[in-house]
Amino acid sequence: MTRQPCLVAALSLSLAVPALAETAPKDVIFDGGKVEASLTGAPGDPANGVKVMTTNALGNCVACHTIAALPDVQFPGDIAPPLDGVASRWSEAELRGIVANAKMTFDGSFMPAFYKTEGFIRPGGGYTGKAPEGDLPPILTGQQIEDVVAYLLTLKE
Amino acid sequence: MHRTAKTIAAFSLAFAGAALADPVEDTLVIEGGDGETIEIVTSAPAPAHLADVMDTIYSGWLYREDETRDLQRDDFDNPGMLYVDRGLDLWNSAIGKGGESCAGCHQGPETMAGLRAVTPRVDAKTGALMTVENYIDACVTQRMGLESWNWTGNEMKDMLALISMQSRGMAVNVAIDGAAAPFWEKGKELYYTRFGQLEMSCASCHEDNQGKFIRADHLSQGQINGFPTYRLKDAGILSAQQRFVGCVRDTRAETFKPNSDEFKALELFVASRGNGLSVEGVAVRH
Ligand code: HEC
Ligand code: HEC
Ligand code: HEC
Repeated sequence: MTRQPCLVAALSLSLAVPALAETAPKDVIFDGGKVEASLTGAPGDPANGVKVMTTNALGNCVACHTIAALPDVQFPGDIAPPLDGVASRWSEAELRGIVANAKMTFDGSFMPAFYKTEGFIRPGGGYTGKAPEGDLPPILTGQQIEDVVAYLLTLKE
Repeated sequence: MHRTAKTIAAFSLAFAGAALADPVEDTLVIEGGDGETIEIVTSAPAPAHLADVMDTIYSGWLYREDETRDLQRDDFDNPGMLYVDRGLDLWNSAIGKGGESCAGCHQGPETMAGLRAVTPRVDAKTGALMTVENYIDACVTQRMGLESWNWTGNEMKDMLALISMQSRGMAVNVAIDGAAAPFWEKGKELYYTRFGQLEMSCASCHEDNQGKFIRADHLSQGQINGFPTYRLKDAGILSAQQRFVGCVRDTRAETFKPNSDEFKALELFVASRGNGLSVEGVAVRH
């Protein structure tokens, strides 16, 4: 009897702080453009991946990419290649690497690095236009990257 | 016969290219307030210093929707004219410590014709890089004994609108050589620096991707010949450097301030990319 609430407490604790298990952006190991290891060890949630990709304040991938499988997205941009069939062109490790830091795959890419915290010129705190207070967080969390990768893996030709 | 067919083929090819990515084909002739019409040059051959990166320069007007473009065809429809009128009232007011007015020393605002087309420029006497705002500020503080106006406040922008209007239709022609060269070089460096957590430069959006859509926004060349601009989204006018603040902020960067050395140099460089386009006075954008 006494054990059960404890278990529940432990479980909700681990759910609330997945960040502890995340590989920090500066510790991510790139093999060329590839990142083999999951950033969190937890499986990605493709539904949340869609949310991250289509929300302005998160990934906002649709600012530049179109995705035929998401016809409800209003006014996607046309700057970058369509993401349709992307899982037939790239492996999971390659996709993780592209989303974490596309510059490792495409030299000098216009695509932002979503899991990077160093090496910027005058970084700001989000979209405030001011210097960040404290450490600069990556644009997306490790779990959000895994969620995006999980969704990208569904985009087969 | 043969030639016609060829011409048509060439034309439709060019047209298909244009449809993909480009500004609309349209011309801007403005009905002025007092019945005169002003022709605005909205596209021109790129100035020599841009020869490596583009052939043609385009006003941001050509990238906007029909309704937005129409607002600029007639001064009665252009909401920016309200600010010009306010600027004229201010021009004529005895606001100085000793009762001075701009009109008292300069006569009518038309004595300012041509200034907007050649600024920012290096002042021959002081060697300082001067925007229109810097000139206004010098008179406000040194000749009228007042505190500086807020750089992006109403008085400054109303006056900027009034003075810019006096050059409407004139070709932008800022100097980039001689004393201006070091400022211009500095501005150029800033233009190509990839700022912020998104690591984007002005060129990333306005040179490499002009004509494309970033979400719903049709990317122009980021020209400033139309400034100050009435922006429908803000329901107010904004100066070029205010626009720079917004664009730099959107790269998740710490911005520079209006009238900083950085933004003044950048304004000179961006202005020089529009050498040959008309000053639009007060443009309308979304
Ligand atoms: C500001 C523009 C921009 C944004 C935002 C952006 N990308 Fe990209 N992306 C690009 C460009 C440009 C390329 C093409 C590679 C290159 O030339 O640099 C690309 C390439 C890719 C590719 C490889 C596509 C292929 O078929 O080869 C993937 C996958 C990708 N992006 C995923 C994403 C995801 C997921 C997000 C959001 C989390 C995102 N992108 C956000 C610009 C962007
Ligand atoms: C007491 C006289 C005086 C007053 C008042 C005055 N100015 Fe001036 N202004 C000058 C003088 C003198 C110059 C410098 C002319 C020169 O150097 O050739 C000048 C220069 C300028 C210039 C630069 C013009 C150019 O072509 O280089 C601008 C713009 C200007 N004034 C705007 C204003 C405005 C706006 C006001 C009112 C808010 C104002 N001035 C009030 C005397 C005055
Ligand atoms: C992330 C993309 C992006 C970057 C980077 C960017 N801009 Fe912009 N800029 C825009 C968008 C979107 C607009 C609104 C549509 C348009 O006019 O192009 C705009 C508009 C402008 C305009 C208004 C043009 C007009 O006719 O009204 C100017 C001027 C401008 N930008 C200058 C700059 C400068 C200078 C920089 C670098 C300091 C810069 N931009 C960086 C996206 C960007």
